[in-house]
Amino acid sequence: MTPAPKPRVFLVDDHHLFRSGVRAELGDQVEVVGDASEVDAAIEMIGERRPDVVLIDVHMPGGGGRAVIEAVAPVHPEVKFLALSVSDAAEDVIAVIRAGARGYVTKTISGPELADAIRRVSEGDAVFSPRLAGFVLDAFADQPSGQPVDPELDQLTAREREVLRLIARGYAYKEIARQLSISVKTVETHVSAVLRKLQLSNRYELSRWAADRRLI
Amino acid sequence: MVPVAGPWENHHIADSRIPHAPAGLTRSRDDKVIAGVAAGLAHRFGIDPLIIRIAFVVLTIAGGSGALLYVVGWLWLPREGSTNTIVHSATASRGDVSQTFAVALLVLGGLLLLRAVGLWFDDKIVWPVVLASAGLAVIWRQADDEDRAPLRKVAARIPFAEHLPPFEVRTGRASLLRVAVGVVLVIGGAGAFLATHSAFAAVREGLIATAGIVGGVALIFGPWWWRLAKELTEERRERIRSQERAEMATHLHDSVLQTLALIQLRADDPRSVAGLARRQERELRNWLFGGESPYGSDSFNAAVERVSQEIEELHQVAVDTVVVGDCPMDERITALVSAGREALTNAAKWSGATTIAVFAEVEPDRVSLFVRDRGAGFVPVAVAPDRRGIAESIKGRMSRHGGSAVVRTNLGQGTEVELSVPRAAA
Repeated sequence: MTPAPKPRVFLVDDHHLFRSGVRAELGDQVEVVGDASEVDAAIEMIGERRPDVVLIDVHMPGGGGRAVIEAVAPVHPEVKFLALSVSDAAEDVIAVIRAGARGYVTKTISGPELADAIRRVSEGDAVFSPRLAGFVLDAFADQPSGQPVDPELDQLTAREREVLRLIARGYAYKEIARQLSISVKTVETHVSAVLRKLQLSNRYELSRWAADRRLI
Repeated sequence: MVPVAGPWENHHIADSRIPHAPAGLTRSRDDKVIAGVAAGLAHRFGIDPLIIRIAFVVLTIAGGSGALLYVVGWLWLPREGSTNTIVHSATASRGDVSQTFAVALLVLGGLLLLRAVGLWFDDKIVWPVVLASAGLAVIWRQADDEDRAPLRKVAARIPFAEHLPPFEVRTGRASLLRVAVGVVLVIGGAGAFLATHSAFAAVREGLIATAGIVGGVALIFGPWWWRLAKELTEERRERIRSQERAEMATHLHDSVLQTLALIQLRADDPRSVAGLARRQERELRNWLFGGESPYGSDSFNAAVERVSQEIEELHQVAVDTVVVGDCPMDERITALVSAGREALTNAAKWSGATTIAVFAEVEPDRVSLFVRDRGAGFVPVAVAPDRRGIAESIKGRMSRHGGSAVVRTNLGQGTEVELSVPRAAA
């Protein structure tokens, strides 16, 4: 075990019950430096307290998590975002990821898993829930008709696809590494590469998929 | 000087090109039949107002100039105790000028039309009446309530006076253009009439004149109608919105509130509470985002979701289901889903795990289904041979349909069942 300092976490969610629930779940595994229930207050307090990771709700009045990320990211690029959501429309989740969130998990995630996800995001890695992995696989599915404009960004490698499948099957990173006989670090590299493609690709299917499916 | 409050007091930019009335010439406030013009003149010249009034009436009957003169006086003379006149306020805003012009042309057109129909007017009457109407229009727009009162009395006798639009012409390019086109149409209508003059046989020409006048009316009143129509649409939209809100409230009551009540009743049984919550979540999600599969309710995607839901309800476990892609059901895929159901049942009954992950993927050449739990796991050889679940329902079924079934399990580390069938050639 590395004696790494606890990640400093900031919570943004418009439900008070949920914020206190997350605080309790996380316990002393992280240091919660503050929380906010609305977009403007969140932007201001994040600027003041400079947390390592912001846990942010996808759906919030006043522009949602996306508005917070878009306001904070250019000023404080060192602040990482992890999106939390009950079960939102794909277009909302994809918008938050593309705005700069490093991952997406569902609110039903257990306390230890959430703490693990926070730690991973704070170290600069990406966090995919099984749902998000399934979504990416679906959105990047090979379409015989559409030729990718930028193969570098618009297609997944075979290995990335394998990793995503295992995530969708409910495997932890450690289990994926064992299954594929690679290191955990390599798994993380693959996931980060997928995240980058998700954020930067102009793939037409991405938005069309989200609009068609409307659900992750 | 007594300050008089009135809307036109705000228009201080009086046009200096219009001469002011001679000093002392005002309209009377107290002694008036219509607007106090006659009494004002009488006071100024020291004669009985009745004489002036009779003069106005006589002039009106004999050619209409009396009415015109009276309106001019109304417009031009300040009311007693004030310095501002209606004509000065009116010229301060361009809209009034164009509107006045429009009204004058309308009246002219109307009179000409009446003449075309057979009601004959002397030209000597036509012009004063036209100008007087224009003047009255200005008064209606610019005057304060006190000045409008006599006009209101007349308006009240018109049966549908309440429905008269709040006549308003805004200045600006669009409205100027509108008035200009209206003017052209009215002039055109009048022109068409004049061209045929007494040739009443040419009804056709009369129709053109009518069309011109109707066009002019449409242009002047059009914006008001349009606004009215817009308000009606807005109102209807609001009604639909509130209907939707009522529907949503009903739905939330029937589903969410009922479930919450059930949860409170069973608060001491965490498993059934979790099951209720899961079921409600699934239902609500379907209702909110309800993504219909292109293959309808008979698709692989829908079938997997349905099976997951059944197992959740039957065994009160959480089943996280992720399905990538979709295809229509056929015999092989039905077998795959049935085998998957069996694997799910096993996991729910024996693993002791509270969450089971289901991942299904449709690829161009095959369809796969993974069922994974993090429960107890088992030792395959230790399963009694008479327990046919895995051997028959899963492995046997898959191999009969050209597919495969792999069970990976370790004591204490959970179980994963991987099922796949090749896709039938399309």
